[in-house]
Formats: sequence, C-alpha cells, structure tokens
Amino acid sequence: MSTATQSRFAGALLGGDGAVPRGLTSSTSATPTRRFAIYRNNVLFGLSGALTARYPAAEKVVGAEFFGAMAREFVVGHPPTSPVLLDYGAGFAEFVETFEAASELAYLPDLIRLEDLRTRAYHAADASPLEPRQIAAVPPEKLSELVLVLHPAAAIMRSPHPVVTIWAMNSGEAELGPIENWAEEDALVVRPQQLVHVHRLPPGGAAFLEALASGSPLGVALEAATAQAASFDLSANLAGALNAGAFASFDLTS
Amino acid sequence: MNKATRLPLHAGVGFKPEHFAAIDAAPQPIGFFEIHAENYMGAGGPPHAKLKRLHEDYALSIHGVGLSIGSMQALDRDHLARLKSLCDRYEPESFSEHLAWSSHDNVFLNDLLPLPYTEATLARVVQHVDQVQSSLGRRMLLETPSTYLIFEESTIAEADFLREIARRTGCGLLLDVNNVFVSATNHRLDARDYLASFPLDCVGEIHLSGHAVTTDETGATLLIDAHDSPVADPVWALYEKVVERLGRVATLVEWDNDLPDWPVLRREAEAAEVVLDRAARKAAA
Repeated sequence: MSTATQSRFAGALLGGDGAVPRGLTSSTSATPTRRFAIYRNNVLFGLSGALTARYPAAEKVVGAEFFGAMAREFVVGHPPTSPVLLDYGAGFAEFVETFEAASELAYLPDLIRLEDLRTRAYHAADASPLEPRQIAAVPPEKLSELVLVLHPAAAIMRSPHPVVTIWAMNSGEAELGPIENWAEEDALVVRPQQLVHVHRLPPGGAAFLEALASGSPLGVALEAATAQAASFDLSANLAGALNAGAFASFDLTS
Repeated sequence: MNKATRLPLHAGVGFKPEHFAAIDAAPQPIGFFEIHAENYMGAGGPPHAKLKRLHEDYALSIHGVGLSIGSMQALDRDHLARLKSLCDRYEPESFSEHLAWSSHDNVFLNDLLPLPYTEATLARVVQHVDQVQSSLGRRMLLETPSTYLIFEESTIAEADFLREIARRTGCGLLLDVNNVFVSATNHRLDARDYLASFPLDCVGEIHLSGHAVTTDETGATLLIDAHDSPVADPVWALYEKVVERLGRVATLVEWDNDLPDWPVLRREAEAAEVVLDRAARKAAA
C-alpha cells in the first residue's frame, strides 16, 4: 500500500459518495459497494455513537434521531484527531450553537458544556477533597489570606439559562416538568470520590470560585463575589463548596 | 507457548464496567480480563478504580485499538507514550494490538481498517512492531484481522504475512478465530486451510466472539465482526481444532455491543474452558 492508496481509502470513509476506492475488489463483485459501506458505517456511527454516549441529557432533550443526525454532521466536519475518544467532543457545543435546526434551543450548547464538564470530572485525577475541619485551625485574622486549591475534578460554569435544572430533569436527577423560574444558573461540577455531582451555585458563587480557582486568596475572592452579588454570603458559599468537595488543599499566602 | 505473554492458559473475558458489580460480588472462574487501552487513558476516576480492583484478583491483558500499526504513516508518538504509561501503571500480563490502521493524516477513524499484504507493507508493519516493542520495553501480540475486501495489490497470503512479522520482530500473534471464520467466509475460502497454514507456534492468545450475518449486493453471505452475540457454532468447531493442535492457550471471549448480563458472558468463558480441558485430556492420553 502506498500512502496514496491509504489516503484514497481514508478519504472515502467520511467523505465521498460511497463509491469503492480504486484498487479494491472482492470474491463476489468487482465493485463491492456493500462491503466498503461496512467501513463507512463503522466510522460514522462509531464516532457519532461516542458523542451520544457522552451527552445523554442533550440526547434526551432533542431525541435520539435528531441527536444522531446532529452528531453525524459534526463527525464529518470535525473528526477526532486523537485515538483517545474520552476527549472527543471539544468544539461540539460551538458546533451546536451554529446548527440551524437546533437554534430554538438556546440552552442546548450550555447543556452540552455541562455534560463535557461531567465527563472531564469523571476521568480527572483522583485526590482526597479538603475537609472543612482542615481549615478550622486557620486563625480568623489569617482567613483573608487563605488560598484554596481546586480539586482536580472540580469545574465552574456560568450560564444565562437554567442549565442545572435542565440537566437534572433530563438525567433522572429531578422530575421532568415545566421550569417555573426560567433564570440563569451557574454550576459547580465535582467528583470528590467516585460519583460526579452537579451543584447549582448561589448568586456570586461562580465569581467567588473562579477567583479562588485562579489562585486569588479568600479576601480577593470575596470582593469579586460581592461585586457580582451584593447579597453574597461568604460562610454559606465556603461551607457549601467545601462540603461538595471542591477543593484539594489550602495554603496561606504569608 | 509463545513467550510474548504471561497470561494464564485459561479462558478470560473482555471487561465491561457494566459487569463490575456482579464480578466483584464473588470469585469468578475467569482466567483473566482484557480491556481496551484507550478507555483507560484518563488520569483517574471510576475506570481506574475498577481496573485496579480487578487486577488485584485477576491477570490483565491490555488490548490497544487505536495505535494504527498497519498505517503507512508514522506511529503517533504521543499515543505510544500513553500506552507505555498505562502498561507501567498496571504491569499487565499481556499487551496486544491489531494488524490494521485506524488513523490517517491526523484523523482518528475509530475502526480497524485493512491493508494490502505486500513487501512494502510488511516492512512498514515490522518497523512499527519493533518501535512498539522497544518503546514499551516488552513483547506484544499482533491480532489477525477480519476483512471484507481484497486489495488488488496484495501478493502475500495473510498467514505468511503474520508469520514473517513474528519472525522478524519476535512478537507473538493473537489468533482471532472468529476473524478467521469471518474473513474466510467473506472471501469464499476455507478457514481450515487458513488455520493449517497459520504459524500456531507464535500464538500467545486466542479471541472468540460473535458475528453478524448479512449479504452483499450479489446475494452472497457477508459476515461482519460485530462482537454483539454469542460465539457461533462453526467458530467453536474451529477453535476446538486449533486447541487440539496447540494445547492449552489463553482464550478471550469478546462481547462489546448489545451486552448480555454477566452470567451469560461467564457461561461463554466456561464453554471455552471446557474445550481447553478436553484438549488437555486428549494430549495427556
């Protein structure tokens, strides 16, 4: 096989009109279209199937047929570049943003982003979460200098849509029903042990955790959160994030 | 027995996370578990927790499905490094990959694609197997493919092609008896002839699995390597003949799609163990 033979074969898998590349034959027919179609199907449906497995809530929202068609279109335009399919899906949310047939579902790309974070958390490095009692010993006057290191699985996401509620309703975590209060929701995704959890953050919570994630000490993070939401409750947010398993360790800046 | 593997000479199964709870609930009559390497290339989480637990009690075979050894293009060094890291982490009893390609021009196609058998492809595959074995610091098994098409440019019989790879690289072979039956049926050949010419002394592991039956545009039977059903009777018969010649050999039952409950898969492995026992008794008699 020359590289050219292989290129012709590869090019006829996701592209082309299904015609059998030159140089191939079979024991029964000189134009074995059905046989070559086995490879075309394996490639297209194997890869779109990987996306279906990765985004079960998005699939539930739009239905299997719609999701499959959307996923196959993404596969053809954006095939994976790595054999590690655990990572396949980068760019899918952006693709769905421009997918005409899904344009009425403005929240769908964010639902996909949330499911991306869940997959990322599932495969992230293991670490024991920081326990509330471990920072209890920090003297109160030092608290503003406390630097909290995010757990490897933890991630924060902001959305103008009720993305946590939509995800919960389409993943069996909450009963499916009308969403009374269609408001923005920010999410905290964690995997303290073996199970991935999605939490809805209170107002200012995302700004607070993003500041901590970037390495800012608690005092600076508090300012960022209060600038976002005047009602920001430091102790409730800190306790909530600690209990969720959002941090792995802490440090004192001085 | 080929020295490229340390797998126990018993029947094993392909591990699926869906079966973990049932497997972990009680000791299982299973010689080893095999995993697809690429599903364990995250840093941590449940996949590794389950695999670590499993490997405490059972031998492990790491089976790659994405290295693209049959490609005319260079191997992906990053992927080779990931495989090395996985093998270092688990020290599996065996590592295997396929005589196939799956990536081209930086696109991963997620299928085991065929190659023609020529002096040029032989030299390329030998070079790749050498590179894998030196990178991983271990010998590997190379698996026989299932094929649907014929390359007009092929000049070497598949069994001879594999024998020569094993001779030049010192790798062992993974004989997939279902693939042999699928390919032979698809190419209107006799699987027994293929097996008669196969270098059985290089075989370190056997794969068994189910296939799907369809037809091509001429109405001829076309078998697809689907891994979605029990091992078919003619494949069991071929397996028995191979084991009679080869003796006990590590044998894997693969079932990747339309997964059955654990007891069904376990019974398939037990059926393979019965064949191994019968062959061992015959050899002793």
